[in-house]
Amino acid sequence: MAESSSLLGFVHRRRRGAELFLLVLALAVGLGGYVAVGIGVEGTVPADYVGYGLWLAGLMVAAHVAVRLVAPYADPVLLPVVAALNGLGLAVIQRLDFDLDTALARRQLGWMTIGVVLFVVTLVAIRDHRVLSRFTYTSGLAAIVLLITPQLPIIGNEVNGARIWVQVGPINFQPGEIAKVLLVITFAGYLQLHRDALALAGRRVLFVDLPRGRDLGPILGMWAVSLGILVVQRDLGSSLLFFGLFLVMLYVSTERPGWLVVGGGLFVVGAFLGYQAFGHVQTRFNTWLHPFDYYDGDLGANSYQLVEGMFGMAWGGLIGRGFGQGDPTRIPEVESDFIMAAIGEELGLTAVLAVLVLYGLIVERALRAALISRDDFGKLMAVGLGTIFALQVFVVIGGVTRLIPLTGLTTSFLSYGGSSLVMSWVIVALLLRISDQARRPLPDLAQVEEPDADEESTQVIKL
Amino acid sequence: MSELTLFLIRIAYLAILWIFVLSAISVVRSDMFGARAPSAPAPEKRPRSQKASKPGKPGKPAKPPKQRRGSPTQLAVTEGSNSGIVVPLAEAPILIGRGTDAAIRLDDDYVSTRHARVAQSGDQWFVEDLGSTNGTYIGSVRITQPTTITLGTQVRIGKTILELKK
Repeated sequence: MAESSSLLGFVHRRRRGAELFLLVLALAVGLGGYVAVGIGVEGTVPADYVGYGLWLAGLMVAAHVAVRLVAPYADPVLLPVVAALNGLGLAVIQRLDFDLDTALARRQLGWMTIGVVLFVVTLVAIRDHRVLSRFTYTSGLAAIVLLITPQLPIIGNEVNGARIWVQVGPINFQPGEIAKVLLVITFAGYLQLHRDALALAGRRVLFVDLPRGRDLGPILGMWAVSLGILVVQRDLGSSLLFFGLFLVMLYVSTERPGWLVVGGGLFVVGAFLGYQAFGHVQTRFNTWLHPFDYYDGDLGANSYQLVEGMFGMAWGGLIGRGFGQGDPTRIPEVESDFIMAAIGEELGLTAVLAVLVLYGLIVERALRAALISRDDFGKLMAVGLGTIFALQVFVVIGGVTRLIPLTGLTTSFLSYGGSSLVMSWVIVALLLRISDQARRPLPDLAQVEEPDADEESTQVIKL
Repeated sequence: MSELTLFLIRIAYLAILWIFVLSAISVVRSDMFGARAPSAPAPEKRPRSQKASKPGKPGKPAKPPKQRRGSPTQLAVTEGSNSGIVVPLAEAPILIGRGTDAAIRLDDDYVSTRHARVAQSGDQWFVEDLGSTNGTYIGSVRITQPTTITLGTQVRIGKTILELKK
């Protein structure tokens, strides 16, 4: 069976040195941003830049050492890219803090620390991602319970009109962020078992092979429940994310493009019904199509935020105004949903494109891990986790740049928000675990075996 | 701060950003094309294979690196007609099949003579199908390559289920 490993063509290298080199550059991005913000806004290098730099470096080294010890073959690019995005986000939030007179950057740094701790814990605790496939239904149930919790009377908490928060003691978090990771595990575990039945059994209706109800039923039910909860909560962004996630994973597991047609049709129908039924969906559409007509509208029905973001990005131009020279705090909620507009204003299109390429790299590495993964569950999970990033970036940045109607979602790693940041680090840990399993060379078990004379004649040669 | 200094800082920061992006891309590129041919790791594996090929040498107890707590020590048949057979993992690699040379002999019509093998690499345990007729399954997935198994992973061979035990 030694042939099977050589047929794969090559063995991946560990590349931990490359990762360390990229991490040093990522640290330069984070710390350089912090220093540039200090110089731009206050005219002096911030007094605590050594301590800040040491803190950032400590977090990166901790993550790197953890990867070196427990996932030595993991992807070398993912961690540095994530660290750089997080560092850039911290710098931009720090810059907004000066104008908003808040201390969000400090708290975000605290969230990043928790994120890195959970990143390490995830890598250490989950030595083999296939263990997670045992929790297919458990995690589905947990996701639904988590999605319901914000509706509960005592712990549920309403912030800015969206009831998607849970407050336990001093900690305020969005259970939806955890639920999306759990749903990926559910979908991957379920589709791994039922993909053949879904793809092959069933009958054909109008060019589309419809699977049998008993194959599709459970997963469709679980998905419908979670989507229904989100629609009731009026969380448009998350509904879109879950819908797209489900569709992509179904398409990838069954290899049937028909699902995309069906899903696209369902999406159009759903969007139309939503437009008819909900006032806030109409508002989103109107402000998207005619932003300048609604600039001065009623609160909640105007396009003030969107238009100010566009003003900012237009003023920033190609290379931006420079840290401290723009006025990004004119945009409401600039530190979370509209952080890309702040980057566009002060660092210009050049930086926005760099950020987009970095997100592209994250998604590419996730899909790469899926391609080379040796088990179906890992493949599906990596695709699902990559899709989360891809959809989130598309929905948010598409909304901010007025490509699509604006729906609220966080820009992973960049924007202010604890739950999103922490869970994004966990997602990256899971991706690293999958890629570590995938890139690890196959053990040469044949060498351990005692050679058997009889074996030569009966050997099965696989090509 | 003069206008020029601020401008230079801005340009320098954008340069840092793009240097990072381009370095990351170049690592991706070298990762794609710079992979090592599988013949290269052979020398470092040599000592182990020499040790294993020496017949009758009591080199085996020394071979497993330090036993971590909670690591498996036995391979047990938990379901099927041969349920109850337990083989210590110290005898690895363990051959499973219907043949007389198998460490775990299964009286199961769906099992091939030399069906599968359980072996160790580093601190991980692997099960490998030896080209059997009916296949080796983990969960419901038929394995095509050596696959890691952990404590409690159910390996199905014919009507028999095997597990690693402490």
